[in-house]
Amino acid sequence: MNRFGVFVCHCGLNIAGTVDVKAVSREIGEIEDVSHSEDYIYMCSDPGQLLIRNAVREKGLDGVVVACCSPTMHEVTFRKAVESEGLNPYVCEIANIREQCSWVHQGDKERATAKAREIIRSVLEKLRGNEVLETLAMPLTKRALVIGGGIAGITASIDLADSGYEVILVERQPSIGGRLDQLSLTFPHLDDARCILGPKKAEIANNPNIRVMPYCEVEEVKGFIGNFDVRIRRKPTYVDWDKCTACGVCLEKCPVESLSDFERGLTTRKAIYTGALSENSGKPVIDPIHCRHLVDGTCTICQEVCPEGAIRYDQGEELLEERVGAIVVATGYDLFPMEKIGEYGYGRIPDVIDGLAFERMLSPSGPTGGEIRRPSDGRIPQEVVFIQCVASRDPERYMPYCSRVCCMYTAKQAKLLKQKIPNSQPYIFFMDVRTDSKGYEEFLQGAIEEEELIYLRGRVARVFREGDRVRVWGEDTLTNRKVELDADMVVLATAVVPSEGIKDIAARLRATVDKHGFLTEAHIKLYPVESPTKGIFLAGCGQGPKDITDTVAQASATASKIQSLFSQDALLQDPLVAFVDPEICSGCGICVQVCPYEAREMDEYRGISKVHEALCQGCGACIAACPNNACELRNSKAVQVFGMMETFAEGAEGSLADG
Amino acid sequence: MREIASGEKGEMYSYFPGCTSHSTAVEYGLSIKAVLKALGVSLVEIEDWNCCGAAAVHSMNKLLSLCLPARNIAMAQKTDLELVVPCAGCFNMLKRTERALKTDPEMRREVESTVGFTYQEDLKIRALIDMVVNGIGFGRIEEKVQRPLTGLKVACYYGCALVRHPKVTQLDDPENPQYLDTLMSSLGATAMEWSFKTDCCGADLALTHGDFVVKLVNRIVGMAQEAGAECLVCSCGLCQINLEMRQDVGALGLPVFYFTELMGIAFGLEGTKWWSKHMISPSTLLDSLSLR
Amino acid sequence: MDKPMTTVELPDIEGRQTFLAEVQERCGENLGLCYQCLKCTVGCPTAPYMDFNPNTIVRLIQFGLKREVLESNAIWLCVSCETCGTRCPNEIDIGLLMDALREMSLEEGYRAKEKGVVALHNAFMESIRRGGRVHEATMLMEYKLRSGDYWTDLIPGMKLFMKGKIPLLPGRIKGIDSIREIYKKTQKQRKVLEDREGKSK
Repeated sequence: MNRFGVFVCHCGLNIAGTVDVKAVSREIGEIEDVSHSEDYIYMCSDPGQLLIRNAVREKGLDGVVVACCSPTMHEVTFRKAVESEGLNPYVCEIANIREQCSWVHQGDKERATAKAREIIRSVLEKLRGNEVLETLAMPLTKRALVIGGGIAGITASIDLADSGYEVILVERQPSIGGRLDQLSLTFPHLDDARCILGPKKAEIANNPNIRVMPYCEVEEVKGFIGNFDVRIRRKPTYVDWDKCTACGVCLEKCPVESLSDFERGLTTRKAIYTGALSENSGKPVIDPIHCRHLVDGTCTICQEVCPEGAIRYDQGEELLEERVGAIVVATGYDLFPMEKIGEYGYGRIPDVIDGLAFERMLSPSGPTGGEIRRPSDGRIPQEVVFIQCVASRDPERYMPYCSRVCCMYTAKQAKLLKQKIPNSQPYIFFMDVRTDSKGYEEFLQGAIEEEELIYLRGRVARVFREGDRVRVWGEDTLTNRKVELDADMVVLATAVVPSEGIKDIAARLRATVDKHGFLTEAHIKLYPVESPTKGIFLAGCGQGPKDITDTVAQASATASKIQSLFSQDALLQDPLVAFVDPEICSGCGICVQVCPYEAREMDEYRGISKVHEALCQGCGACIAACPNNACELRNSKAVQVFGMMETFAEGAEGSLADG
Repeated sequence: MREIASGEKGEMYSYFPGCTSHSTAVEYGLSIKAVLKALGVSLVEIEDWNCCGAAAVHSMNKLLSLCLPARNIAMAQKTDLELVVPCAGCFNMLKRTERALKTDPEMRREVESTVGFTYQEDLKIRALIDMVVNGIGFGRIEEKVQRPLTGLKVACYYGCALVRHPKVTQLDDPENPQYLDTLMSSLGATAMEWSFKTDCCGADLALTHGDFVVKLVNRIVGMAQEAGAECLVCSCGLCQINLEMRQDVGALGLPVFYFTELMGIAFGLEGTKWWSKHMISPSTLLDSLSLR
Repeated sequence: MDKPMTTVELPDIEGRQTFLAEVQERCGENLGLCYQCLKCTVGCPTAPYMDFNPNTIVRLIQFGLKREVLESNAIWLCVSCETCGTRCPNEIDIGLLMDALREMSLEEGYRAKEKGVVALHNAFMESIRRGGRVHEATMLMEYKLRSGDYWTDLIPGMKLFMKGKIPLLPGRIKGIDSIREIYKKTQKQRKVLEDREGKSK
């Protein structure tokens, strides 16, 4: 005879408000193999867990059902509790009477109570068929892959490398640095972006644990947490970087120019170019779209001038295979393209630029050497209009969300404008000014006070060219006035959007994205830096718009999560996986085809299918697909599942039907 | 110098009556004199004082608005007594001048040369209510109470000038002041809790914009009524006359006392003939509580 | 918002900055700090009667709209109750600002929308100049003459008179000469200002 214990949680009034928990506990206690049944206000609390542990110990229980919330919430909690009393954790089961009962049947206490009772009875039926299982120990590759070489990827890489783990840092641009490399001074302390990034880049270069792979992209990812097999594509640079000394002659002599992405179109770059302009050590790549040699073979100037003979027009791409235990996705952001915003000139008014372009103007390493000049005629602007929430907070036409950084960078840019051009006047059109982090509000008010910024509450309706100036039609809703002014320049704080290609990379990683393309976290509060796919961690703006402070904090959090993963000798995994009855399996191979985790493989010698327990996630696809019922899931065997259904059917004939 | 109230030797204050004490606020002046005499405090009216200038002057001419009170400060400096000002409006103007003299050296030079005096920073300028509550103190006031104002429900009205701007007046909490309330309790009256203690009554616009000043006054008096008060008590000549003359809240209306009038009743002083000066007669109210 | 929306075209940057600087210099307040929270306007007893709310006045100054500000009725309806200044989260004393605006409006000869208020203030100032203290009866008479409004408040005025609260004969302080000297000096100072304005024009 079993000695089962049942513990019914009130969850405050979440369950007890709808289910008669006392009656349920009493009735369940009358079942023959239930030797203990009780209820408590919060079973997951310390005293609640103590009730369970005491009962296990004192009554010698050999199985436990906790009737409470979803197993995704506290299954682990209760399994640890029974384990601490020497009971096998896999004979502790959860009966979900909250999400699947009390929450959906509010106002019908009688039937909700009956349903709760039947749910518990069916879980008891499952428990009767449970086996004692041992946790699986899987080998673990203690090496991490970081995708994206911005401040998020850099931070995660350094944190991991410093704790002794190997890191592969993949960056699709010719050099690391990301968006931070484009910025001038950063809010709220006006630190130079280069002073933040420079030392970090040096650390990356000098850390033997970090392998930087610039100009590379992740092509394919197989496997699972602990053992991912990653294929990385090295794009052809057309330059032999081992020979190249970054002397820069080729950049000088190349005759082809096109608009520079890095400089946000404020200036041009050559067809052979380096990533971040600030770095002397940047080795060049050839842009195959613009290079005359690669397009039609009409030019070989770079090859002719290169003193090292490093130019390789025939270089092909290279594929590399790596095994890693965890992956950080730090793919960063783009700005919403101005070209899509008609009322602000479709990006065709030269003196209307976006926030990143203005950063380049402010930057001493930028195309104007840090001078603010109008792109149209190079004149120094006096009246500059900043428009916030451009394509952000615009659910019908663009993005519904707040981009979080624009309020602060606009205030900073206006302040720097005033400092560089003292007789200038910044006007800032805003909907709200959000300064929700440490020191931000003080920065904003300080800037307003010292620099006499004028903030106007209202969304600018229209921006158009009039003569050599830019006419702005705005509004000041606080004084109920329509405001018209002629600006010398307009800066648009366009929305932060996920960087291009995020959906492809997410699909390769089996990670999920929201409808805007931002990577989704497993739980916004409980698991904010984890993807729902185990072993994938999220840092930076790929997960959602955020500032440098939050990005760095998040990146360190991913590193810390991976450190705790890697600190184990082996990867412990629930043994609730598929198994095969070799007597029944016909070796048809259907399971191999349906398995989404590549956990099924044919055993060629025995002619039957086998399970890689390390890869199996217990999803059940193979079990459903197996034509012979040769596949089963541990502790969810067919006999158990049918038993649960029969129990429900009995209940339905009885009390459930009465109501 | 004219001593208008005389008490024990040593307890003397210099006194700026203000123009209204001889006209529209004559009952304030009379009751101050009687009450302070009973408390043994001497007031010495400052020599040949002049009008503080009030809102009219500071609205039109900043320098003049500082020089007129400065001339009074110059006169008051001749004694080494603290200067007491009964009217909240005058008090505010004197304190504004004091602030300018203390914090703006350039303005100080200009005012000093225009008026022809040298400012002495140690001259202390106090509102009468401050002097009564913090100088004389509740202990001595309670000792003098012969006829407690039991059953009298008052709404204490501080108005603007006594408490605002706090950097100028440096007196009590500008949103919920307590001096008058505590004083009323010590006289045995019940000070009602209400929310319009410091709302402006618009007195400065009473003559030019009577229509909307009536609305401001009615709201104040109406709120006092709603809080259960049967009368208001104040410390400003302009507020008192505005509140009594512009209210339109019912048959009889709520009388508005100067706090010194109620002190006089509580002290059982004889010859409190100033009642007849009120625009809204308090006789019925006082009779109903046997306070007359 | 009971006031209709109007369009404003901002004046050139020099004009705007000059007006802002002059106002700030006069009142000593830093108007750049205003973040338009409207606490001043909502608490103001006379804002419902103003053409521009107090917060709007601050904004118009930032816009450099000198004429609109100095010709507004708002500057004359402010009663200097200081509710705004006491509550302002940025410590802007709008009472002092309004004083400065009234003075500028007079000095530069702008048309005052509230003639009655100006007439009363003038009558009040004259009364002090004559006797050193305010004499209600003559002051009110002068106000009536200046404003042309003879009938308003005649009955309450009579009641006050009957109560003996309005003395009939004006007095005169001993040092009346010093008062007149102060008037003269402060007036002269205004003249200087006017001259300076004249030269710069």
